[in-house]
Amino acid sequence: MSSAISMGDSHSEDHHHLGFIRTYIFSTDHKMIAKQFLVTSLLFLAIGGILAAMIRWQLGFPGQPLPFNLGAILPNTMAPGGIILPEFYNSLVTMHATFMVFFALMPLMAGVFGNLLIPLQIGADDMAFPRLNMLSFWITPVAGAVMLASFFVEGGAAGAGWTSYAPLSTSGEWTGVYMGQILWLVSLIILGFSSITGALNYVTTVIAMRAPGMTWFRIPLATWSLFITAWLLLLAIPILTGGLILLLFDQTIGTAFFRPEGSGEPLMWQHIFWFFGHPEVYILILPAMGFVSEVIANRSRKPVFGYHSMVVALVAIAFLGWIVWGHHMFQSGMNPFLGMSFMATTVVIAVPSAIKTFNWLGTLWKGDIHFDTPLLHAVSFVALFVVGGLSGIFLASAPVDIYLHDTYFIVAHLHYVLVGGSLFGIFAGITFWYPKIFGRMMNETLGKIHWTVSFITYNLAFFPMHNLGVQGMMRRIYDPNQYEFLQSLQSTNTFISKSVFVFAGIQIIFAINFLWSMKKGKKSGDNPWDSNGLEWTCPSPPPHGNFAEVPIVYRGPYEYSHPDREQDFWPQDEAPVDDLDGPEYTDPNESTESNDE
Amino acid sequence: MTWMVPSTQTRTKARRVTMSDAGIATIDRTLEPGMGVFNKKLGMWVFLLSEVMFFTSLIGSYIILRYAHPDHFAPPGAILNVNLTAANTFLLICSSVSMVKAFAAIQQGDVKGLQYWLLATIVMGASFVGVQVYEYIGLGQEGFLPGLDDYAAHAGGPLYGATFYAMTGFHGAHVSLGVLALIFVYIRALRGEYTVADHEGVEVIGLYWHFVDLVWIILFTIVYLI
Repeated sequence: MSSAISMGDSHSEDHHHLGFIRTYIFSTDHKMIAKQFLVTSLLFLAIGGILAAMIRWQLGFPGQPLPFNLGAILPNTMAPGGIILPEFYNSLVTMHATFMVFFALMPLMAGVFGNLLIPLQIGADDMAFPRLNMLSFWITPVAGAVMLASFFVEGGAAGAGWTSYAPLSTSGEWTGVYMGQILWLVSLIILGFSSITGALNYVTTVIAMRAPGMTWFRIPLATWSLFITAWLLLLAIPILTGGLILLLFDQTIGTAFFRPEGSGEPLMWQHIFWFFGHPEVYILILPAMGFVSEVIANRSRKPVFGYHSMVVALVAIAFLGWIVWGHHMFQSGMNPFLGMSFMATTVVIAVPSAIKTFNWLGTLWKGDIHFDTPLLHAVSFVALFVVGGLSGIFLASAPVDIYLHDTYFIVAHLHYVLVGGSLFGIFAGITFWYPKIFGRMMNETLGKIHWTVSFITYNLAFFPMHNLGVQGMMRRIYDPNQYEFLQSLQSTNTFISKSVFVFAGIQIIFAINFLWSMKKGKKSGDNPWDSNGLEWTCPSPPPHGNFAEVPIVYRGPYEYSHPDREQDFWPQDEAPVDDLDGPEYTDPNESTESNDE
Repeated sequence: MTWMVPSTQTRTKARRVTMSDAGIATIDRTLEPGMGVFNKKLGMWVFLLSEVMFFTSLIGSYIILRYAHPDHFAPPGAILNVNLTAANTFLLICSSVSMVKAFAAIQQGDVKGLQYWLLATIVMGASFVGVQVYEYIGLGQEGFLPGLDDYAAHAGGPLYGATFYAMTGFHGAHVSLGVLALIFVYIRALRGEYTVADHEGVEVIGLYWHFVDLVWIILFTIVYLI
């Protein structure tokens, strides 16, 4: 320990002296915590994917036993003879969403990239509160274990949907799930502490730990988006925790906050849930927007088009996210006048979203585009986010939503935003920053195979769902064939299921690439993408303390292809040539963005 | 001077030294990061914002339920003992004053004064929790309980009990945690670990304590008085 406090020049030596447990398990190093989050949340992503595949098996091949004799593994309370029971199907739908939203996407974005990028991009040696950061990670596997345990208790896992609407969720008599629902609540209450401690760290670090010269409008967009996301987490998660605790009281000590039989208000649960839930939607997409901005600017070798408007749009989306929650409740019996105001505020979000989209296109326009795997994922994000955004405008209009509410149109919309948007954004982020995390490049051929097959099968799987929804197929339905008017959709459902299986299967290529490149990938060097950010000035992987000396920042992060320079990039910490005596902050050749302000 | 510094506490100071070492005395102040406060203080402010949202969810639920079902809620003083809780509120406000005195003492370098006022704060905070427990026991015996099937008080309904215990209970839990944290700070103060130059811990726990006090003033008003 004492060696870690010493002022030795060799940081790797300090790293070595910490010992195995302090280095790999109870580490306070933000990069190790990012790696821990990366591994655990990719595992949870795989679990969520397996649950999704089982849902699609039932919809694609209703009433047929699961393939590969999987039914023999599952107990009779889930799938007797390999045929998924309706009660188990409810649990599958609920737990698929819960794992994907809370245990895969949120930690992949805030947990992994918040920890990895924030200190590196702002030039800090670590987070503001490293021990709190360690706590934030270690809460996650505990909450995940509680959530997984709920599959094995009597009655099975929670089955009231990830939204757990009251009164369905207040009592086991409706769903047949007693303990599972309680464990679901307990797990999410525990997980909330992880989000809050993490967000607390990110906000404090960005405000207080920036390197000299790193002004607000020189912060890279990935850190900007994570900073805004941290604010959303910080303010939205406590609302969910409060609601979950009240629901837990309803189930355990017999209160009646949400139970109509005791004059409670089931509608109040929906208000509390979606007051958290809509900011949550932006928690799941804003970081991806940040990663994509970085990747597109770097791989097009051009400055981000409209850097300031990108930041303002992020803030605007985050703010508007707080006043739109009622658009989830057009069909809940809310006052129609209220519905109209929620409709208006929701449609307004299209403005900052469109600003971002056109800025990405403007960045690509006439750029020197390098079609590497990160760029392919980033451009897919833009394309698929537009599709998800447009279907969002359909759903935001109350008259249309009354028809489409709780159909597969919703399922299509949310998967376009959360898989096409968030997940492709995460793939862009992982493939782009992988060399910084592990010091080696990912295999480009495997990466391109993974992207190509993923992109095609993803669209084959989710685009037809719009059609299913318009034709009236209900969300979360166990067997659509029970209705005569849905029987003609079975061939579409089977096609979707097959596409999903290929989409899920090709992720194995990603996993192989991820693990193989860690040991055998080509050595990347400090700055494989010729990037400007401070994270690329330190070694890959960065040592304890990140920077040998405090970096000084002279310009914005997107100075690519500057006309006055031979090199097509201009690192943020490179001192101007005409100013060798000391830093100069009012350089006239500075970023073009700050001139157009 | 290397970038590697031992702890977060000294990090800000070390950074400033490093900067002047590098000869950047002319640096524009607007280019310096931070809000002019140390990390723990900023972190506590940010944490308290999330606490505001947590209490908002509980208080918001109470307002909605009370507005929707006025018949469940008894008039002020019908069940709850306003006088006892008013005295308890006064005790908590006094503990905020003693917290201010503790912080003022260490700002002057008065370690004895810090210890004295911290102890006073702990005693008053713990007494507040004690009175609350006493109040709960009495109310429980009268049948004022949170459960739908347990509620047997002579006025109001189960929503009254449920919202009352949820709000005051979570506030009480916050006070209890605050008392534990104050005991931790008190032990450090007894060891003489706080000085004029370094008393961040006292300031940070003080912020938390004043927040908990402020929440109680709101809760006392909306639960007991109106």
